[in-house]
Amino acid sequence: MSFFVVQFLTGLASAASLFLVACGLSIIFGVTRIVNFAHGSFYMLGAYLAATIVATLPVGIFSYWGSVLVAALVVGLIGIVVEIVVLRRIYHAPELFQLVATFGVVLVVQDLTLAIWGPADKLGPLAPGLDSAVNIGGQLLPEYDVALIILGPAVLGLLWLLFHRTRWGTLVRAATQDREMVGALGVNQRRIFTSVFFLGACLAGLGGAVQIPREPISLMMDLNVIAEVFVVVVIGGMGSILGAFLAAVIIGELNAFGILIFPEITLVLLFLVMAVVLVIRPRGLLGKPELTVGAQPAQIAAIHLPGPATKLAMGVLFAVLALVPLFAGDFLLVLLIEVMLLALFAASLHFIMGNGGMVSFGHAAYFGIGAYGAALAVVHSDSPMELALVLAPTAAGLAGLVFGWFCVRLSGVYFAMLSLAFAQIAWSVVFQWYEVTGGDDGLLGIWPSEWASDRFAFYYLSLIIVAGGVLMLRRMIFSPFGYALRAGRDSPLRSDAIGINLRHQQWASIVIAGAFAGLAGGLYAFSKGSVFPDAMSIPRSVDALVMVLLGGVDTLAGPLVGAAALIGLEDAISRFDYWRLILGLVIILICVTAPNGIVGSLKLAFAGRRERE
Amino acid sequence: MSVLEVERLVKKFGGVAAVREVSFSLGEGEILALIGPNGAGKSTCFNMLNGQLRPDSGRIRLLGRDTVGLSPRQVWRRGVGRTFQITATFTSMSVRENVQMALLSHHRRLYALVPLAARQYREEAERILDLVGIADQAERSCGVLAYGDLKKVELAVALANEPRLLLMDEPTAGMAPRERIELMALTADIVRKQGISVLFTEHDMDVVFTHADRIMVLNRGELVAEGAPQAVREDPLVKQIYLGAGHA
Repeated sequence: MSFFVVQFLTGLASAASLFLVACGLSIIFGVTRIVNFAHGSFYMLGAYLAATIVATLPVGIFSYWGSVLVAALVVGLIGIVVEIVVLRRIYHAPELFQLVATFGVVLVVQDLTLAIWGPADKLGPLAPGLDSAVNIGGQLLPEYDVALIILGPAVLGLLWLLFHRTRWGTLVRAATQDREMVGALGVNQRRIFTSVFFLGACLAGLGGAVQIPREPISLMMDLNVIAEVFVVVVIGGMGSILGAFLAAVIIGELNAFGILIFPEITLVLLFLVMAVVLVIRPRGLLGKPELTVGAQPAQIAAIHLPGPATKLAMGVLFAVLALVPLFAGDFLLVLLIEVMLLALFAASLHFIMGNGGMVSFGHAAYFGIGAYGAALAVVHSDSPMELALVLAPTAAGLAGLVFGWFCVRLSGVYFAMLSLAFAQIAWSVVFQWYEVTGGDDGLLGIWPSEWASDRFAFYYLSLIIVAGGVLMLRRMIFSPFGYALRAGRDSPLRSDAIGINLRHQQWASIVIAGAFAGLAGGLYAFSKGSVFPDAMSIPRSVDALVMVLLGGVDTLAGPLVGAAALIGLEDAISRFDYWRLILGLVIILICVTAPNGIVGSLKLAFAGRRERE
Repeated sequence: MSVLEVERLVKKFGGVAAVREVSFSLGEGEILALIGPNGAGKSTCFNMLNGQLRPDSGRIRLLGRDTVGLSPRQVWRRGVGRTFQITATFTSMSVRENVQMALLSHHRRLYALVPLAARQYREEAERILDLVGIADQAERSCGVLAYGDLKKVELAVALANEPRLLLMDEPTAGMAPRERIELMALTADIVRKQGISVLFTEHDMDVVFTHADRIMVLNRGELVAEGAPQAVREDPLVKQIYLGAGHA
């Protein structure tokens, strides 16, 4: 019995930190309507800062908790800098740009952290005065956990007082309900936004800082925690602090008890709980309906069937790509194969995102499942490449069937967060299931069939499959199916009123997009001869988003141009130690200055010039 | 036979009854106006009829079949066209494509992956656009259309599934006075020729008294008057509601 009590208390203790981060995210979202991807980075910074500060001070209770508080405040200040430099410029941009821009911040923070603290994991100190354990019926519970169990509800109470008993809190609650009205009443919105961001970042920093005696401090903390936090927020309900608390407790307990039954099952449990909650309450336990999320582009571009000029350009492009191997070296061929495969990957995302308005933050799940599907078939049952390339899209399509069923119940940022959570779950399964997937070591020896084994042949194989895939996706955009999807993006209300079953339509589109992403992933595994978990990691998902974004969401040629631009950029900067920093800055720059992407901006410039003439 | 029969419809929000025990019926080819001051429960009533809201109690029978519990999508499949108070169109598509979308849905072709959507039911769409008088705008994007024309697009879309009943929520809201009369005259003309029944809400009393066959007055969730335009116009209770006490 006491064993279960201790396990329960451990769960509560883990919930504390999760709650701090999640409610920070929730508060920021409530007022600014931005889902701050960089919240995990704030959490990580909180841990690094607290460990560094505490190490410079003499050991003692006050210096420990003082360091924790100072770390949280410093993270809050960093939050202010991020808000002023980046977010303030994109409050009125579509949600996609906001999410991607904050991911740019993630990359920048990752490299800065690496530069300052180095790559090795760090171990934090034990908290002075709380470094032993409490004996509960023969079972030991760290004293520190008791402190955390108290901390969670204490912060919850303080936040309640802050929001209900101060003028500032009242203004924030008012701004959460209707920020325009608050602006119209003469309140300085800027100051509210900045101060809310400060508070949210502080809470994330505090969440990280209090974790230092409990877990190693590493560069992986940011993305690990953000996926869990998204799950907490989806379950608890966006914008609800109490919901975040309840959900954090649920997740904490699930982790605490799940790990006893079967370590891998914790993920499945998370998944099931989330599924049940979403089916019963699509807005989460305490979430409110009808949150208007991010501004949509005022004028959504129409699409047109390719005219003679476009067809000619596509033909020329294909001919050039077909002729390249005659004079190009191996290096260029390898690079071009990668560009083509990622272009197909990006085009599959564009199919649901540009056309269907579903911003997926976990599209790499399908790419990775395709890659692993093919690789597992080769490694475990010696299947030939041809069969593996059929299995890859099938496996990814099936994953789309499962993930998509849940995702289409949500829209906007909820959709984005849930898709990211699914991708992260898939990633963790691959990462942890060592016996089957090889974990971090990946799967090796995934070579093409004899006939396709030289670079030349494989290049043409990729070219044909990618060209075929991209053409099929394009054709579908113009089909009744693609139109119905776009109808749902333009006006869900009208779609419903003319008999379109939007959820069904979207679900089918996720399966299709997943299958094409899986096909790209399968080919990718054969092109590299190996596959690693990062094929379905968050950065890979963001790659797809950046490619679509670089090219321009509203243009059909966008994904292709975006893929070439991204690979070109990555190839150019990968020789630098801090290429993530550069990539992050580029992403932020694009989001802030060129929200129409390369192709979109060119089109606009072109149209503008024509008008002036 | 009546196209629509509503019996003792009730909807409460919290403790407030937005619609209380409303009953009425709508005959074939009849144009029925639902009027009342702001907050009378017109929109709530409407939203229950088209499936957006589920009534707390009461029955709705459409062409003799129960529709309570059906989604807007399913209600549409039963032959109900809908226009919105604030127009809802597909802004990235042309006027014709908007109508084609409804036609594709009506013919259950939404899962076709190969044919080109823009080439399906083109003539049919143009015929409907001609009917509502915006055939000349067929190629234009709904994102750049004038508001009055958007209202016509809504009407064209609503006519695409050969409806037996049109539900029009303030069909002329946001239009200039002259346009209002024109649009309603056009609507009345079309539905009378095709034998479509219409239930509409409207604030413009000129429109209501010129085109409705019958008028129902809703106040605080209750049906307080019903009858031919002339009778409703002279009803003392209606005068009191619209003009305030002292005029009764």
